[in-house]
Amino acid sequence: MEELKQKLSDILKPDKKNRRHLIYLLQAVQQKSGYLSKEAMLAIADFLDIPGSTVYGIATFYNQFRFTPLGKHPVKVCMGTACHLVGGKLVLEAMARELDIEVGGITPDHEFSLDRVACVGCCALAPVVVIGDSVYPKMTPPKVEEALVIIKPVSQEQSEKQ
Amino acid sequence: MTFAEIQNQAKSDWDSLYHGQAPHILIGTATCGRAAGALSVVEAFNKELAKRNAEAKVAEVGCIGLCSLEPLVTIIKPDSFAVCYNNVIPQVVPTLVEGYVLGDDPCLDLALGTLGGGEGEAVYIPELSRFEHEHRLLLRNCGYIDPGNINHYIANGGYSSLAMALKMEPAAIIEEIKSSGIRGRGGAGFPTGRKWELCRQAPGETKYVICNADEGDPGAFMDRVVLESDPQQVIEGITIAAYTVGAHDGFIYIRAEYPLAIERLKLALEQAKNLGMLGDNILGSGFSFDIEIVEGAGAFVSGESTALMYAIEGRRSMPRARPPHSVKSGLWGKPTVLNNVKTYAYVPLIIARGADWFSSLGTEGSKGTAVFALAGKMVSTGLAEVAMGTTLHELIFDIGGGIRSGKKFKAVQIGGPSGGCLPESMLRTPVDFDSLHKAGAVMGSGGVIAMDEDNCMVDTAKFFLDFIQKESCGKCSTCRIGTKHMLDILEDITAGKGKIEDVDLLVELGEDIGGGSMCGLGRTAPNPALTTIRYFRDEYEAHILEKRCPALVCKELIAYYILPDKCERGCEHCVLACPVEAIGSTEKGIKVIDQTKCTKCGSCQLVCPPEYNAVVKLSPPSLVPAAGAKDKG
Repeated sequence: MEELKQKLSDILKPDKKNRRHLIYLLQAVQQKSGYLSKEAMLAIADFLDIPGSTVYGIATFYNQFRFTPLGKHPVKVCMGTACHLVGGKLVLEAMARELDIEVGGITPDHEFSLDRVACVGCCALAPVVVIGDSVYPKMTPPKVEEALVIIKPVSQEQSEKQ
Repeated sequence: MTFAEIQNQAKSDWDSLYHGQAPHILIGTATCGRAAGALSVVEAFNKELAKRNAEAKVAEVGCIGLCSLEPLVTIIKPDSFAVCYNNVIPQVVPTLVEGYVLGDDPCLDLALGTLGGGEGEAVYIPELSRFEHEHRLLLRNCGYIDPGNINHYIANGGYSSLAMALKMEPAAIIEEIKSSGIRGRGGAGFPTGRKWELCRQAPGETKYVICNADEGDPGAFMDRVVLESDPQQVIEGITIAAYTVGAHDGFIYIRAEYPLAIERLKLALEQAKNLGMLGDNILGSGFSFDIEIVEGAGAFVSGESTALMYAIEGRRSMPRARPPHSVKSGLWGKPTVLNNVKTYAYVPLIIARGADWFSSLGTEGSKGTAVFALAGKMVSTGLAEVAMGTTLHELIFDIGGGIRSGKKFKAVQIGGPSGGCLPESMLRTPVDFDSLHKAGAVMGSGGVIAMDEDNCMVDTAKFFLDFIQKESCGKCSTCRIGTKHMLDILEDITAGKGKIEDVDLLVELGEDIGGGSMCGLGRTAPNPALTTIRYFRDEYEAHILEKRCPALVCKELIAYYILPDKCERGCEHCVLACPVEAIGSTEKGIKVIDQTKCTKCGSCQLVCPPEYNAVVKLSPPSLVPAAGAKDKG
């Protein structure tokens, strides 16, 4: 615990030692580590002097928090209304199929993780996929494959498998 | 520095760019522009200008609201037309630089039109007829000024309202806001002046103002565009509100899914502070006020005002029963004013131009303009700002350009998950708070999504209930359990397992959930289902009685089929595209789908060359000829 707190010392700063900063602290830790581990949540609880269950209760209430690591290229498929109307679900299914993981999962090589998001506000370009910081507009199942290949060429993928 | 000195300084900064000798290039780099590749266009311009040793400057601006035409580039030259170019790709940048930046050829084949207005007037493109139907107030500077430069805002009249307001009595400001007739733009439409007055009158030294930028409605992005394109107008409005009610601390609660809006807001706050528009002793008035950004953590219900305050306190954002109202006991139990991004953005305009001017726009009960996000199957998607009372028809057909690909309009979804789906017969409905409510929809935050014949209304209702059911905070059992029941029933119907009495059960459940839930989310949750039943009952009946999805959407009720007489035998597109190897060939080379393997992803239909157009969807699936299976061999 002390070691972890040391690691998070740039986040768990005295001016943030207030119950109202709980969500900010969770966001900052997730930003740094990619997800919220049980240990990290306990460290935050200890820092704010509140029960671990409170921290867990808040973290599980909000959609932003995840409890498993994020892939190197986090894939978010938009499931907003505009995207839904033009086949967002088919894109999500194609993404799950191509990556061979479930929604919320991560590939064994930790390259990609897959999540659905409610709306990224690019409705005019629906359906939209966000990979890393890049927005991919007007996606279709065949384009899913293309996008993934550009990020990680097939040959590399295959050589890793062998 | 006095405000007049700040204005002069801003003016000279602005003039050096807009009235200098060198041409300058505006590139829209809001989120939608970026998604369409605007950043690589910026890079291409910078590279090309450096290569040619050209003197022109590049300015990154926000979004003019024509999202489907992004990336949008405007070249402004002294003593010549400002020309806009749409869907610009890096490859055409050298042509534009050669043609219009350095030369006198405006490259008309690439141009969209000219840029009119500006310098305090709303910008528009006179060549596009949609602008004749718009009335832009909040969007007046969007896509024109650099959101990262406060001087641009000030040079176009910004912050003069704050300077004026700080010399007014708060009671006089409240009177002005009240007589303007403005109602909150977050959706519920509570009179803003009345809210401020109640908060000002509430006892207590410490008061707060909050800006709700938790734009959670899927399909709505007006607040994002306003914040990314012209954030200072929002900050000015919040500051005037704070002065009026007597608050010294303000919060902007913004969803974390809007990273660019957050970045631009942070920069805008910093610049406002540096010029003394925020912080201690604002413009020498003795009034001190500061704003903190709080990033939301993704919960739709956080947009509800009491829930949002809990979120700022670091708690679960679960709405609470009222009274006490937030204006008496809000954030940390203190009197609090909470308004939407757009509501605040109107405030400087009302102060500058007067309540009479504002109330002359709009309808009897809804004053001013409304900003809508046009999305879905419209030709030109993006943002539109119209006077309240404009009809849905005008919004969708005159501004949105109608339905794309020659398809037939079916419904418009307005107001997000709380709103409703209205059919063609309701298109004469004026958009204002009261008319929409009567039609079964709500103004909501302003998302307008057009649907065509390819959209299934039962599936749409299911989509919204799925969303609401996931986002229900769980406090009220009617919402928590009721929406789950409704979703289960809709899932049955779309899977062909529905019973005809289910439709009335949905209506009954919907009415109970609406009546028995505490907050706006629960009360309006059944609207999408109720309105689709009210206006499209025949589609529900087709799903239930004929096991048929008329729009060919619901997976369990459709099958993909390759028309043998249309299939071009030598072509293998569909075979290669099928992710599950469900497509084989007959001896004659005609492609056949193995229905037991097909996952109905639609890839084969997408890749089938348009000249063959051999892949069709059939509903119910029993329409697929049995011979198809036999042919397979």
